[in-house]
Amino acid sequence: MSTLKEAIAQGKPMRELTMAQAVREALAEEMRRDPTVFVMGEDVAEAGTPFKVLLGLVDEFGTSRVIDTPISEPGFAAIGVGAAMTGMRPVIDIMFGDFLTLTMDQMVNQAAKARYMSGGKFSVPIVFRTTMGATRRSAAQHSQSLHVWPSHVPGLKVVMPCTPYDAKGLLKTAIRDNNPVVYFEDKMNFTTKGMVPDEEYTIPFGVADIKRAGTDITLVATSSMVYVALGAADKLKELGISAEVIDPRTTFPLDKQTMIDSAKKTSRAIVIDEGYERYGVTAELASIIADGAFYYLDAPVKRMGAMDVPIPFSPALEDLTVPTAETVFQMAKMLCGRA
Amino acid sequence: MAADVNPLPVTESHQTNGDSPVDPEEWLHMYRQMFRIRAFEEEVNGLYTRAQMPGLAHLYIGEEAVAVGVCEALTKQDYITSTHRGHGHCLAKGAEPDRMFAELLGREAGYCRGKGGSMHIADQDGGNLGANAIVGAGTGIATGAAFSAKWRNSGQVAVTFFGEGALGQGLVYEVMNMASLWKLPVVYVCENNLYNEYTHYSQTTAGELRGRPAAFGIPVEEVNGQDVREVHTTARRLIEHARSGKGPAFLICNTYRYHGHHVGDINRAYYRSKEEEQMWSTQRDPLKMLASWLTDQHLADAGIFEQIETDARAEMKAAVDFAVKAPYPNASEVTDHVYA
Repeated sequence: MSTLKEAIAQGKPMRELTMAQAVREALAEEMRRDPTVFVMGEDVAEAGTPFKVLLGLVDEFGTSRVIDTPISEPGFAAIGVGAAMTGMRPVIDIMFGDFLTLTMDQMVNQAAKARYMSGGKFSVPIVFRTTMGATRRSAAQHSQSLHVWPSHVPGLKVVMPCTPYDAKGLLKTAIRDNNPVVYFEDKMNFTTKGMVPDEEYTIPFGVADIKRAGTDITLVATSSMVYVALGAADKLKELGISAEVIDPRTTFPLDKQTMIDSAKKTSRAIVIDEGYERYGVTAELASIIADGAFYYLDAPVKRMGAMDVPIPFSPALEDLTVPTAETVFQMAKMLCGRA
Repeated sequence: MAADVNPLPVTESHQTNGDSPVDPEEWLHMYRQMFRIRAFEEEVNGLYTRAQMPGLAHLYIGEEAVAVGVCEALTKQDYITSTHRGHGHCLAKGAEPDRMFAELLGREAGYCRGKGGSMHIADQDGGNLGANAIVGAGTGIATGAAFSAKWRNSGQVAVTFFGEGALGQGLVYEVMNMASLWKLPVVYVCENNLYNEYTHYSQTTAGELRGRPAAFGIPVEEVNGQDVREVHTTARRLIEHARSGKGPAFLICNTYRYHGHHVGDINRAYYRSKEEEQMWSTQRDPLKMLASWLTDQHLADAGIFEQIETDARAEMKAAVDFAVKAPYPNASEVTDHVYA
């Protein structure tokens, strides 16, 4: 049951949740299951975070397990690392992905390396829960998608769900994982609704989900870009072009084979991701597809990421910086020789 | 100028004398521990000089009383975090020199299978959460370990060793703030050896050093870090304070590294004088100070000290022999342990 489609096929009883509710449910279930799990961050308790994702969690688990911290990202990230090395499973809330810049030593030099540097003695079962995504009119320091940074570092795992089903199952897996996991939620998807099984489930890392099957072109998309790709696929269908939309869901571990197999089948691929295009996730995924499906490709693999500028405040400018269903549609049309 | 600044009042008297509940045998044991660290570090210097050791090492010679005085007040289950100058802490917390040398030489038998080396040596079984090559980073990990200990109600204490150079790092203040708010069982041990690498600390440290933990309501004690009895009795009190749920404490140990910042730092005249170095090694040596007190108290004599020296040197020679002969890790290990 690693995808919603499988769960539906199995006839599992379900209800509709928002992604925020799914995240909260995953945390509550894991905190009930394992007393060493705790949540720590700025305004996570009574406030339930500015996004209200954690609302009500403190009522069940109290302030000893849903812990408000000072505004000290490096400090509470470091406390999380030390706690993880000594028997706890912290979920560290980094309110905005932009603030990951403040925790880089804890994440990159400490959490990611403790196991290797100790020859396998220490494990660091910590989750850094954070956000990504532009178009909330929050400007350059609250809008970045920096998931490629942890994706670059051996020792870290990186998760970026876009549906309530994926968000819940992947967060439960992240909490149970014995490695540091950086878990990104797109702020624009907190209110996105979707079906979630009543029964407990987890989703393994490194398994892509084919969000829409197709035959003419492959659209590999991450996080909120999945919805952009699905929008483009609807428009392409009107032209008789059948697009396959693949969501890797985790950038490490990465399901390379599903992307390569799809590109072999369709002979064309575009990679869409909200991180900066320069040296970005799109570059890595496109190179994997180009390498793995080289003899099957009828066109170069195209990359569509965020424009290489700090995210501007003005809506008139901000909306230009990220891929949209329309820009993806135009690129796909061109690749299919229909421009 | 800066290099001549000397913040340490020479303590000729030993206030701990008579007040101490410590068994005389334990002081002798601490002498032995300090000598083992010195003999270990002298072997490290030899290995470097003979080009038998890859990379560099930061010697702890001169500061032995701090690691020993503090670690002798801890249980095996208690945690420490250490620094790039970490061999002394590691030995004092109970690690074996043969596997330590193996680590320093990158051998599979090392504590970290040769993957950590001098600056990242860790001994999980002995409660050593690791040396750390990012200055100040260990304070965060130790505070997290103290958080964990408190949450698990385990009775453990975490001690974090760091140099005065770490006082330039914001992380130290962030975690002290939370440790004080949440009454975490952590003791911050600042080894003030006067130099942030090659720069005297007076050029990098504004205001009063003691005022920094005090600002967070953390009790501060300052001791002569060359006097193991003073370090130990004070450390015991502060560790007990932390263990009993009263929250963190801060211990400033005024000390000195006899060697350079690392083994390759030979020409030091541009940042400190030979006279200063000589003054510390002749007048404030932790081994000489304890030996002279033990002798005065008729608790030991020259024969005992000679025996300790002979034993320690033989132990370290054997440990080096073990490490030099130990095999390197297999090439296949390079991709092991990236993930659990």
